Order: sequence, then C-alpha cells, then structure tokens
Amino acid sequence: MDQTDALRTAPASAGLALFQPKGVVATGERNLIVTAVLLMLLLVVPVVAAAFIIAYKFRAGNQRAAYDPNWDHNKFLQSLWWGLPALVILCLSVLTWRGAHDLEPSKPLQSSLPPLVVQVVALRWKWLFIYPEQKVATLNFVEFPENRPVRFELTADAPMNSFWIPQLGGQMYAMAGMVNNLYLMASQTGEFTGGAAEINGRGFSSMKFTAKAVTASDFSVWLAAAKQSPRGLPWSDYLKLTQPSENDPPAVYSWYEPGLYNKIVAQFMAPAAGSGEPQLIMPGM
Amino acid sequence: MWHFIFGNLTWAALPHEWFTIGGTAAMFLMAGAVVGWLTYARRWRWLWSEWLTSTDPKKIGVMYIIMASLMLFRGALDAAMIWLQQAMSVGASHGYLSADHFQQIFTAHGDIMVFFVTMGFLAGLLNIILPLQIGARDLAFPFLNSLGFWLYVAGAVFVNLFFVFGGEFAATGWLSLPPLSELAYSPGVGMDYWIWSLQISGLGSLIAGINFIVTILKMRAPGMTLMKMPMFVWSSLCSMVLVVSVFPILAVTIGLLWLDRFFGMHFFTSTGGGNPMMYVNLIWMWGHPEVYILVIPSFGIFSEVVSTFSQKKLFGYASQVAAAIGITLLAMLVWLHHFFTMGAGADVNAFFGIMTGVIAIPTGVQIFDWISTMYKGKIIFTQSLYWFLGFVATFTFGGVAGVLMSSPAADFQFHNSLFLVAHFHTMVIGGALFGIFSGLTYWFPKVTGFKLNERLGKTAFWFWLTGFFTAFVPLYILGFMGATRRLDHYTDPAWQPFFITAGIGLVIIAIGAAVQIAQLIVSIRQRRDNLDISGDPWNGRTLEWSTKSPPPFYNFAVIPEVKSRDAFWEMKQGGRPQPVYQDIELPKNTAMGIYVSAFVFLAGFGFVWHIIWLIVLGLGGAVTCVIIRALDEETEYTVTAAELASMENNHS
Amino acid sequence: MNEALPAIGFQRQERVAFGFWVYLMTDLISFAALFAAFSVLRGSTFGGPDGADLFNLPFVFAETMLLLVSSFTCGLAVLAAEQNKQPRALIWLAVTFLLGGGFLALELNEFSRLVAEGNGPQRSAFLSAFFALVGTHGLHIAVGLLWMAVVALVIWRRGLSSKNFSNLLRLGLFWHFLDIVWIFIFTIVYLMGVL
Repeated sequence: MDQTDALRTAPASAGLALFQPKGVVATGERNLIVTAVLLMLLLVVPVVAAAFIIAYKFRAGNQRAAYDPNWDHNKFLQSLWWGLPALVILCLSVLTWRGAHDLEPSKPLQSSLPPLVVQVVALRWKWLFIYPEQKVATLNFVEFPENRPVRFELTADAPMNSFWIPQLGGQMYAMAGMVNNLYLMASQTGEFTGGAAEINGRGFSSMKFTAKAVTASDFSVWLAAAKQSPRGLPWSDYLKLTQPSENDPPAVYSWYEPGLYNKIVAQFMAPAAGSGEPQLIMPGM
Repeated sequence: MWHFIFGNLTWAALPHEWFTIGGTAAMFLMAGAVVGWLTYARRWRWLWSEWLTSTDPKKIGVMYIIMASLMLFRGALDAAMIWLQQAMSVGASHGYLSADHFQQIFTAHGDIMVFFVTMGFLAGLLNIILPLQIGARDLAFPFLNSLGFWLYVAGAVFVNLFFVFGGEFAATGWLSLPPLSELAYSPGVGMDYWIWSLQISGLGSLIAGINFIVTILKMRAPGMTLMKMPMFVWSSLCSMVLVVSVFPILAVTIGLLWLDRFFGMHFFTSTGGGNPMMYVNLIWMWGHPEVYILVIPSFGIFSEVVSTFSQKKLFGYASQVAAAIGITLLAMLVWLHHFFTMGAGADVNAFFGIMTGVIAIPTGVQIFDWISTMYKGKIIFTQSLYWFLGFVATFTFGGVAGVLMSSPAADFQFHNSLFLVAHFHTMVIGGALFGIFSGLTYWFPKVTGFKLNERLGKTAFWFWLTGFFTAFVPLYILGFMGATRRLDHYTDPAWQPFFITAGIGLVIIAIGAAVQIAQLIVSIRQRRDNLDISGDPWNGRTLEWSTKSPPPFYNFAVIPEVKSRDAFWEMKQGGRPQPVYQDIELPKNTAMGIYVSAFVFLAGFGFVWHIIWLIVLGLGGAVTCVIIRALDEETEYTVTAAELASMENNHS
Repeated sequence: MNEALPAIGFQRQERVAFGFWVYLMTDLISFAALFAAFSVLRGSTFGGPDGADLFNLPFVFAETMLLLVSSFTCGLAVLAAEQNKQPRALIWLAVTFLLGGGFLALELNEFSRLVAEGNGPQRSAFLSAFFALVGTHGLHIAVGLLWMAVVALVIWRRGLSSKNFSNLLRLGLFWHFLDIVWIFIFTIVYLMGVL
C-alpha cells in the first residue's frame, strides 16, 4: 500500500482553528488576540452602552432631562476623550511591539533541538516540500516531529502566495526569487490543514496540504520509508510540476535533483556576473 | 489588415457564455428601455440640456448618486453570486460557477463597490452640499466638475464592457497584485479592462479632488474662516487632500503595470529584475488612504446629523477638526499593515502596527464627541440619526477587529482570512455607507423639496442592521475557523452553515434595499404631504438650510455673511437683513466634458484591444477638445440684479 | 455691467492659479512615485548594462543646458508680457519652444540609440524604470510645447488679455516645474548612475 493513500482525505474539521492552537506560535498568537480584544472591549463596551443610554435619556420627549443647547466644550472631558483611547492604545502598543518581536516568523524558536529545515515551493497549484538534510521531498503534504522547531524556507515558482497552517501559526508570503523563513513548532501530534491564503489563479481554493506532526521515532520510521519511495524528482519532472494542475495527490520523492531549491530560486534572479552561487535576495521593505 | 483595424478583437470576443450573454442582454434591455421612454416622452432635449451638459453641481451631484445607485445594484448582484457559490460549493459539490468566473466576480465586486459606488455617492453628496454649506454658487471649476463626472461614467461603463467585448474581467482580486496580474499569469483582456476602468475613473476622482479643495479654500462666504467651517466641509477637505495625495500614486502604479503588459517591461514581473513587492507597497500607499477617503466624509455627515437632531451645538469642534486632520495624516503612514506577512522584519512591522493603532485615538475622540453632543440635547430620532446609532453599534466593533489586526503577530493569523473580509465590510458598510445613508436622508428634502417617508426609512434601517450582523458575524467566525477569503470551494462541511447564514443576512439586506426603493416611490407619491416649504425642515444650523428647497440654480441670491460656526442658527436667532441684489455670473452648460470623456473612453478601448489608430484618435480627440474648451471665452452668462429680484420674489 | 464683476474676474484667476498649484503638487507626487520605482530598480539590471555603461554625460549635459536656458527664456517671455510687450513675449516664447523642441529631439535620439543597441525598456527592470521616468518627463515636455504653441497663437490673435496672461503665467510655472524635475533626473538618474 502506498503510504500516501491515507493522506488523500483532508484532516477532520478543526472547528475554531485559531482558538485550538496545536503549536507554540499559534498559541502565542491566540493569547495575543484574546488579550488585545479584552483590553479594547474594556473601553468599547461602556462607550457603546453610553451612546445608547444617553441617546435614550435625552430624547426630545423626556421632559425631565436637562437641555443645554450651547454646551459644547469642557476641558476636563475633552482631555479624557483623548486620554482614554490613548491609554488603551499605549497598552496595546506594548503588546504589539512585544508580539511583533516575540512572534516574528523569521526568529528561531527556543528549543534544545536544532530546527528541522523544510524548503517550500509554492507552485500552480500545489506545494512542494524539500527536506535538504534528509534529501527527500514531498508534494502536497509535509511531515515533521512534534516539539521540534521547523524552519520553513518559503519561495514560489508561481504567482505570489501565502503559506498558512492555522493551527500551528500565522502566515508568511512565498515569492518567486526570494526566500522567507517561517519557524513553527507543533506541541502535539496530529494532522492539520495547511493551504494557500493569497489569490494565485484558478486552482487557488484547491491548493491545500496536510501537515502531519508525529513523534520523533515515528518521524524516523516515516523517513526510512520515504527513502524507499520508488519516485524521484529530477529537474525534468520538476518542470512538469510547474505546469498548472489542481488536486494533485500527495507524493513522496526518495531523491531530487541536487541543488533543486537554489536552482528554483535562482531562475528569477539576474545571471550572476562571474560568481558561482547567486545571492539570495531577502525581502525587506 | 484585420489586426490594423480591430487589433486583438475577434469574433470570439463577442458574448457566448451565459453570463456574458445575460449581461449584454440586460444592458441592452436597460438602454433600450431608457431610450424608448426618452423618445416616447420626447425628453431627449430636456435630458441633454437640463442634465447631461449641466455644470450645476447640484445636478451633477444627483447624476453621481443615480449612477452610484445603479452600480450598487450591479455590485450587490455580484455579492449574491459570490454567496450562492460559497453556500453550495462544499465537498463533492463545486457550485454553479467555475473558479475563474468566481474570481472575476469578486474582483469586480470589490472594485465596483469602492470606485463606483462609495466614491460615486461621496462625489454626489459633496457636489450637492459643499457649495451650499460654504455659501458658494458653484464649484471652482464647473467644466472640470462635469469632466470628472463623465470620466467616472466612462470608467463605470468600462467595468461592464467586458460583457459585450471579451467576455472576461480580471480574476486577480480587487487590487490585482503582480505577478498574478502580469501577462505571464493573466494573459486575457480582463486585466486590461481592470487597468483602464480604474485609470479613467481615478483620473476623474483626481480632478474632482483638486476642484473640491480649491472650492473649499477659495470660495467660502465672507466671514467663514477655516475654524467656522461646518464639520462636513472639514471632513470633505481632509478626504480630498488624501485624494490629491494618493490618487497620483494609483495612476502611476497601474500605469507601470500597464507598461509591463503592453510593452513587455519589467516593473513587477518575476523575471527581468522586476519587483512585485514594489507594486504591493505602492498600491497600498494609495489603498489604505483610500479607505479613509471613503470614511472621513461620513464622520463629517454624522457631526452634522448628531448636532442638528440633538438641537445642540457640536461638542468639541476644535477637537473634532484636530481628529480629522490627525486621521488624514496618519492614514498615509500605515500602508504596510496590509502585508505584515511579506517579511519586513519585526521592527518595521511593529512600527506600522503601532501607527495603525494610533489612528484609533482620533477616531475614538470623534465618537466621544458625538456622544457628548447628544448629552443634554433634545434628541429627535429621525432616520438619519438611526443610521448614526447603527454606525456606533457596527463601526466600534469593526474598529476593535481593525486594531486587533494592526498587531502584526495577530495579523499573521487574520491576513487574507474571512475575518479581514468581515472587518473591512464593517468599516465600509457600517462606516462609509451608513454615513452616506444618513446624509442622503438628511439632505434629501434640500435637493428635492420634500421629505422622505420616515417609517419606511426606519424599517429599511432595521433590515439593514440585522442583515448586516447576520451576514458578517459568520464571516468573523469563519475567519477564526481558518477560512481564507476568495474560496470558490472548500472541503470542511463545518463551514457551510456559516456561509448559508451569511447568505440569509444578504437577503435581509436586500429586503432593506427594496424597502428603500419603496420608500423613495412612496415619498415621491406623497410629496405634497411632506413638502419642505421653509427650506429648513430640520431646524438646521448651517448655510445650506438658509436657502430654499430645492435651491435655485444660483444657490444664494445674496452671498451670506458668516459670523459664527452655526451660521444659519445664529441668523435665525437674529433675523435676516433685507437682501440687496447684484448681478451674478454663472457657468454655461457645456457638452465638452462628455466629448472629452468619450474620446478618453475610445483610447482606453484601443489600449485594451491594441487598436493603435483608435488610441491615436482617442487621445488626439481628447486633447483637441480640451484646447477648444480652453480657447472658449464665452463660458459664463450673467443673471442681472433685476432678474434675481424677480425670481426671488416670485418664489417667496 | 456691475462694478463687482472685475473683482470676480480677479478671484477667478486666483482660483485657477491655486488650482494649478494643487495640480502641480499631484504631478510632483506622480514623479515621486516614479523616482521611487527607479531607485528600487536601479540595481536590477538582470545581467544587462547599468547606467555607467549606457549614459553619455556630455550629451545629457547638453540636454540639460537646453532645458535650463529654455526655462530662462520662458521667464523672459513672462516678463515681457508683464510689461505688455507682446511681440517681444512672442519672440521669447518662440525661442523657448525651439529650445524645448531641441531638448525633446535629443531625448528621443538617446532613446532610439538605446533601443537600437538592444537596450530598450524590455531589457531589464532598470531600463524599464529609466524609460518610464525619463519618458514621462519627456511626455510632459511635449504637452508643454503643445500648450506653448496654443498660448502663443492665442496671444498673437487675441492679444494679451488678463486671461491669456494668466494662462502664460501658468505655462511658465509648468515649464519651471519640469525644469526642476529634470534637475532631479539629471542628478539621480544620470550623475549618480555614472559616478
């Protein structure tokens, strides 16, 4: 039996995926979301309530309500109206700053284990995963051990895309000729849906993959099996993958064209003058 | 020879699919009905000389609003088609639309709602109300006003033209990010229709922006200093400053995309050294301020409405002005929050995130000030005020969602999800559109001379509000479930009930819109019961209420002297001086705006289909018409003091 | 006729002048966007030639001189018109037109040389940005020349009315504006490209 058969069905529904994180990054992001929302509601709920209570109290029909048509200024209130939102935003800014730095996708995650490197190529309309250290590759599904950081190195050989596994953590763009790093770490085993979040043509909706977190020993077992896969990925077969197609079944390649990933990235860069390896462009502003 | 005459246009471009045939047939039927009625009623000359060639901003404003309403219908039809597909297309079912067609529909939906509906309503309201509020007789450049309107119309026709020629629109999302929008991935003409409909209508917006700024800064009634301008004028000024600041960027950005596509250049291509990230930066440098262009005028409308119906001075006027200016400036510093996921790094992301959060401060101040305005007021619950209260209920929570996404680490999970879609619909519907409805109902009697039916208006409001929540709360939840936007198909059956609920919300909104149409019809039929004879139906505070309803074509027989912020309110306390009439000059009608925009339209068509002679003809014709207009010395006519006096006395 | 009307005419000219300034600001933003695009892409030669390989500084310097002098003669035309010396104003306008036309001819010559050598705008992102930025400026010069011809014709046929004079003033403003933009192009595109 082909070991990918089991992956042809999508993982079970994750419900409110963002609130059921299965990874450290997604958990951090969930906590930030909840904290920020509660902080804002602290101000917003009373304001909305006040709006309706005041509107009702000072209705024209209410003879007992005061009427002061010329009251249009009050220094104390005015400073309060600027101060209150400013205070909330100040607190939020601290959260924003800390969140942006703690959860920066390109920042390595703290762990005693070295990160597993997985190079990701967004194609039309499928995901190619390359394991440069293990020398295997997969299509439309990725497997990695739990509790060990994974460094996804994202690029594209297709229109710009966005790589997203909601239960493990937020997105990062995959762009042709560039490499973006995204660190994620699953805190338990399981199968999670991942996919494309940026419109990229006809097959956009079907561009899904399964991310499977397993125990370290299961990962070794899987890896050994993958090495036995009858399929390989020479450059000519890779070029076939770059042709538009949808709903390709998951596949495992026991070997791939040497230097495949760099070759894919380098296609979009200037033919380097003289020097050997082309310089990877890291995206910035 | 064929290629010389018709460029890339072939017989295959003519309608042959159900939606293009349907769209074409619908357009021809509508056009046929209008032409038939005009001919039957012998109204051609009336239409041409009283309306189409008019330079009267009040009439141009009405034409804008009619156009925007038509486009709202088109955009809503798109929304319905999107919903129907998403409600059906789960698991084994793939709905009734192809992925490509579905993508074209949501692209068109977004562009139409932003460029042709909201911008159209805004331009309409500004045209009608601004000159009246500042005590002016027309805009600074009446011809440019007409030209701007007709360019907007040309853009609107362009966005529908693919039904007849080509059969496809862009399928790339409303901002058409490259490299997807480049020739390599989108070879069809749909993308070119997108470019030229935005380019042409954007040119119209830019012209209108310049016109309004000059009008506000140079044509206010004597005595109306900047700090005595009504809040709607201030907010319009802020919005138009944003227009002239960022629409040139839009023009350049999609111009460069066009160069890539037409000449094979390499600005945003993946190959040749092009840089798609530059497009993303440039388009959002326009795109984010654009959101504020849409929403700031609504803030101004609410300031007028709340103050009028609380029968009280606006609380914290100076503070509100500062807030509006603050929002305007900050709006230009936050564009990067649309792509935190591009990998700019923690410092850059955090900076733009915090700047975005800071915008919430002046926005919050405005809401506090409106609540303070209601405090110790005598509040009359008209339909206009209902829209304000609906705005408070929706916009604040949409704002929470927005500030939440301004935090990069949170945004990583919301980027391009349905949560984001729900957020900006909350801002644009709950913020901009509710404001526009509030303004339309508030100023309706000024334009027509009779009030809108209140009961039906409030009924429509309740449908809109409940429909809005029913339609968009499920989208927030779907965002939490990990659903991205723009899905023509999904596999998780747990999502389907939410999509269906959203669709029910859409139906409720549609009922609300139907009630609004009924309201208009009923109000017209019962207009004699709701006549606004005084010109001041709401006991208003600002100058537009000091003239008749509808205002005479010259707006004010005598330009009023302004002494305080609530100019008309003060006048009513004091008593008006005996008018002394003088000769006035007014712009003549001109058809040149129609001609110029028709030539620009032809040039655009030539660009889409690579018809070189048509491009030359279109551009040459447009330039020639502009020169002819510039050489015309007789663009104005005089109304004498005696004529004014007799008209004023006859009316009153 | 009422006494207030000349004042209205004056107000109108002031409005037009202010509106024209606002327009110039929008145009400046367009150029800023193009400059930004050029700055981002100036290194993206994609294996093709860069500025140092392509630009001929003496040639560009000649272009620059033509435009600078034309800006000066345009100013002289406005001064002459201000003193109501119509023939002199027309002569200076004609000189300006010739200088501006010369500038445009040189620019087109440069473009055609680049394209003939295989270094057209399709060659690389750098060249796309170069052609778009310099070409947009050239397009503005062409529009300015057309406008100049119309203004000269109108002044010749209808005399120096206040409307025609204010039109000439705005043309002068436009022309100086293009001159300033060119100084930036000369510095950022050519000088910094070669040095």
